[in-house]
Amino acid sequence: MSIGADIVAALPELFLAGTAIILLMLGVFMRDISTRSIGLLAVAALAFAGALIYLGDGRGTVAFNGLFLNDGFGDFMKVLVLIGAALTIVMALRGLEQEQMNQFEFPVLLVLATVGMLMMISANDLISLYMGLELQSLALYVVAAFRRDSLRSSEAGLKYFVLGSLASGMLLYGMSMVYGFTGSTSFDVLAQVFASQEDAPSIGLIVGIVFIAAGLAFKISAVPFHMWTPDVYEGAPTPVTAFLAAAPKVAAMALLVRVLMGPFGDLVAQWQQIVVFIALASMLLGSFAAIVQSNIKRLMAYSSIGHVGFALVGLAAGSEAGVRGVAVYMAIYLFMTVGVFAVILAMRVNGRAVEAMDDLKGLSKTNPLMALAMAALMFSMAGIPPLAGFFGKFYVFMAAVEAGLFELAVIGVLASVVAAYYYLRIVKVMYFDEPVEAFDKPVGSELASVLAISTLVIVLFVLIPGPIVDGAATAAEALTSAGR
Amino acid sequence: MDVAIVFLPLVGAILAGFFGRSLGDRGAQLVTSGGLVLAALFSIIVFFDVALGGNARTTELFTWIDSGAFELSWALRVDTLTAIMFCVVTIVSAIVHIYSIGYMSEDKSIPRFMAYLSLFTFFMLMLVSADNFVQMFFGWEGVGLASYLLIGFWYEKPSANAAAIKAFLVNRVGDVGFALGIAGAFLLFGAVQFDVVFGLVEGQADASVSIFGIEAHALTAICLLLFVGAMGKSAQLGLHTWLPDAMEGPTPVSALIHAATMVTAGVFMLCRLSPMFEYAPVALEVVTYVGAATALFAATVGLTQTDIKRVIAYSTCSQLGYMFFAIGVSAYSAAMFHLMTHAFFKALLFLGAGSVIHAMHHEQDMRKMGGLYNKIPVTYALMWIGSLALVGFGIPGVTGFAGFYSKDIVIEAAYAAESAAGGFAFWIGIVAALLTAFYSFRLLFMTFHGRPADQHAYEHAHESPRVMVWPLYVLAIGAVLAGAVFYPYFVGDAREAFWGNSLLVLHDIIEEAHHVPFWVKAAPMVVTVIGIALAWLFYIMAPSLPGLLAERLRPLYLFSFNKWYFDELYDRIFVRPAFHLGRSLWKSGDGALIDGLGPDGVASVTRNLAARAGKLQSGYLYHYAFAMMIGVVLLITWYMFRTMG
Repeated sequence: MSIGADIVAALPELFLAGTAIILLMLGVFMRDISTRSIGLLAVAALAFAGALIYLGDGRGTVAFNGLFLNDGFGDFMKVLVLIGAALTIVMALRGLEQEQMNQFEFPVLLVLATVGMLMMISANDLISLYMGLELQSLALYVVAAFRRDSLRSSEAGLKYFVLGSLASGMLLYGMSMVYGFTGSTSFDVLAQVFASQEDAPSIGLIVGIVFIAAGLAFKISAVPFHMWTPDVYEGAPTPVTAFLAAAPKVAAMALLVRVLMGPFGDLVAQWQQIVVFIALASMLLGSFAAIVQSNIKRLMAYSSIGHVGFALVGLAAGSEAGVRGVAVYMAIYLFMTVGVFAVILAMRVNGRAVEAMDDLKGLSKTNPLMALAMAALMFSMAGIPPLAGFFGKFYVFMAAVEAGLFELAVIGVLASVVAAYYYLRIVKVMYFDEPVEAFDKPVGSELASVLAISTLVIVLFVLIPGPIVDGAATAAEALTSAGR
Repeated sequence: MDVAIVFLPLVGAILAGFFGRSLGDRGAQLVTSGGLVLAALFSIIVFFDVALGGNARTTELFTWIDSGAFELSWALRVDTLTAIMFCVVTIVSAIVHIYSIGYMSEDKSIPRFMAYLSLFTFFMLMLVSADNFVQMFFGWEGVGLASYLLIGFWYEKPSANAAAIKAFLVNRVGDVGFALGIAGAFLLFGAVQFDVVFGLVEGQADASVSIFGIEAHALTAICLLLFVGAMGKSAQLGLHTWLPDAMEGPTPVSALIHAATMVTAGVFMLCRLSPMFEYAPVALEVVTYVGAATALFAATVGLTQTDIKRVIAYSTCSQLGYMFFAIGVSAYSAAMFHLMTHAFFKALLFLGAGSVIHAMHHEQDMRKMGGLYNKIPVTYALMWIGSLALVGFGIPGVTGFAGFYSKDIVIEAAYAAESAAGGFAFWIGIVAALLTAFYSFRLLFMTFHGRPADQHAYEHAHESPRVMVWPLYVLAIGAVLAGAVFYPYFVGDAREAFWGNSLLVLHDIIEEAHHVPFWVKAAPMVVTVIGIALAWLFYIMAPSLPGLLAERLRPLYLFSFNKWYFDELYDRIFVRPAFHLGRSLWKSGDGALIDGLGPDGVASVTRNLAARAGKLQSGYLYHYAFAMMIGVVLLITWYMFRTMG
């Protein structure tokens, strides 16, 4: 394959990488350019990259000597990641100004992280996987500690970095084991090796898989590799938390799905147990631990742990329907999370950010529209029909039931009942408690429009499920037919 | 037209019930009464068409349940039996609706009352026009519900609530029997449609079924279960206790539901199922004994009651007993005949009693009445007609009131049966006729003759408004003429053409009943005259006699006055243990066990778990790293054991 074709295949990633460098240059050399302008340029670049993915016809093309893969699954997930990244950068613009962390590096770092995510999703080799993952992670470590003068922010960044390095170590160790037992790092070769293997894989290989899974589970903050999540979510500046909770989760989940369903697709029987275990643990811990939280960012951390658990239920099914469930779930999760963080970013009293649940008291009286949107998001998170969250859960549980994982589905439903408690408690606090001090108005057009978009997606999903469900179905089909 | 008859009352009920506020009292009265009058007119047309024209039919409305082998539709089966019930139900109901306009004029929730009345009528019509067991059960439960709502209409009165609950609960006992009977029929025949079942009965006449290891004749078992249902609804001995208490409801309700229509549902059901009961002679025998026993029991209790409505209620109970033992000797047509005439004169008596109560400002105790005949002469005359019809007054061979024809044919049929059960029923029928005559005229004399017990109330007594009196005339015409006019059709020479296929009788008992000795035909009349004379003696000639007799025969008097102690017995055997059981289950079972382990327990465990899960998050980096490592180690260990072991 010629270098020209390689470049075309990876055009969106290359474009974004180039843009990041250019934005950095702009920031450095044009002293008077505002962070806002850089941010808006970054958003435009993300949108353009999305358009490139949408227009590109590189379905199933392999580039860079088999390191890079373009397929329908990747396209779907990449578009999600780009939407998540763009929306969170838009939301962050005003937050950055208010929090006096108005430095042009911020949007640049986020664009770099996004490039890493896209590369992760397109990885077709253990090495390129690691490359993408590290590019994304390093950028995120930095933004987590972006408020250097804040103790909490620095602590969060440090914790994230140390534990992330540990996870990377595990990942690398697992990769080396797999390489040692198969002699290759290419997904295609791995898939062939496993497909031709008659007898059960050796224990060493399984150890390798467990380590790889653990390393990736850290990125999606699945239990027991989730410990960093609450601390980092709470400690990091809220715009960063919003970013962390949305796009990287989608990207890491896509990566996990690709690795397990692709090269290790013939070893479903081996890894299914791991996924079932971490799905169960995540759903239960996410549901129970969130009940006692009073800080809404921390609550969202446990909420995302729980949601990842639900999405993993679909992966545990190990079927095309399961992958479709995961894709639908992550898409809906993305919009719900972005919407909620838009509300959290709007929680400012007298120019100061507040993040306790009690600060939401009586929101229905002080800001009825925002309360209504938040209530819709919370009902959706709790999985109450006819909102989108219900369908997300529906698809993954259906897949699990079809695969015969009845216990998993039942426990999942029970866990979602427990989780409904704290989601509905927020609704109760907003609607039935006496109002406390009102939030600052106006909340800003960026937040308002992001909140409106995500709420509309959640509410209208039941009427127009096509784009998400059909896209997810195509993605799942591409992955399962390409992998086998 | 069949559809219109059934659904007009429902439309009225919905309009008056849901839009009563905007319709107003007058509007609610108009839509419900108007609907019923229209339905009554249609019913008469249908009666001519179906019963006299021999044009029986079934109208299918739509499929209700279609589940595997179980398939049934909403359908209106209109044959002679249904046409008779249509007429009885809609005519009496229309009259009661109109009467209620006057009787309830001072009530504050008139639309609700009218809506309930119409709702009841709809369910009753559904019941009688059912073409399968399940639809009948729907109507059956529906009338039970309407009855509950109407008995408890004055819900501020604790006694009315208690009576409503009692009626509902006692009926549940019967309904369980009915439901089991339906299930049994489905088990045996594989269908619930009457036509299908009736076609299969003969082939299954000897089938047996094993119940708790005892081989039993299947058809008998099913019929007995169905009869338990009929006993509940028709207040037969044992399950009768709710009927007298049901008099707590407004009097028009008593007339419509607890005299003319709902309580006869059991009789109707047995007649409808005559093709099944005919092949279950043992069940019929039981029906005879229970019916006869009820006739006697209720008549004896009626002797000593002092509440004017309760006397009539026990009388109803007793007359239902007559109908049942007529069925027991296969004289279904006689039972239906008595049902029809009874509906007219009993509704007349109840509404007349209502008129008296209205005149006496809601006083129901007969001991506080007396001498009212010149104050409310119209009511007085109507009560005479009703009483004469009830006791079956007439001249054998010439003519008589409605009850004369129907009661006589019932008693004659019992004699003609020439069985032990039939003989038992015959003699009880005679004795009960004597008692009936006595208590009916006791009521009449105590209320209208003698000296006024309460001078003040007496002076303020007034005749009822026209809207209450006119309906009574219609009923009075029925009470006088219904027997003579319909005798040839129901049980006379034209009966075969009249009934068509709606009843099945293997052995024509009616023909034999026409050829009983003369003394059998004359006996009821003779005892009736004796009864009337005794009542006259006790309450006009020598008013001190009843007290004296009650003194002398104190145990007997108390036994009758306390209704054979049924309520006390049930209270001891069922109600109190049930309360005790309920309380202990509530306190220890529900409170401690279910709530403790269930909602409360789960909630506290959840809280506990949540607190612990929250504590896992220590904030120390090395704890987190440790957790990750432990997670990996656990997973690998687990795989090791799985692959090795």
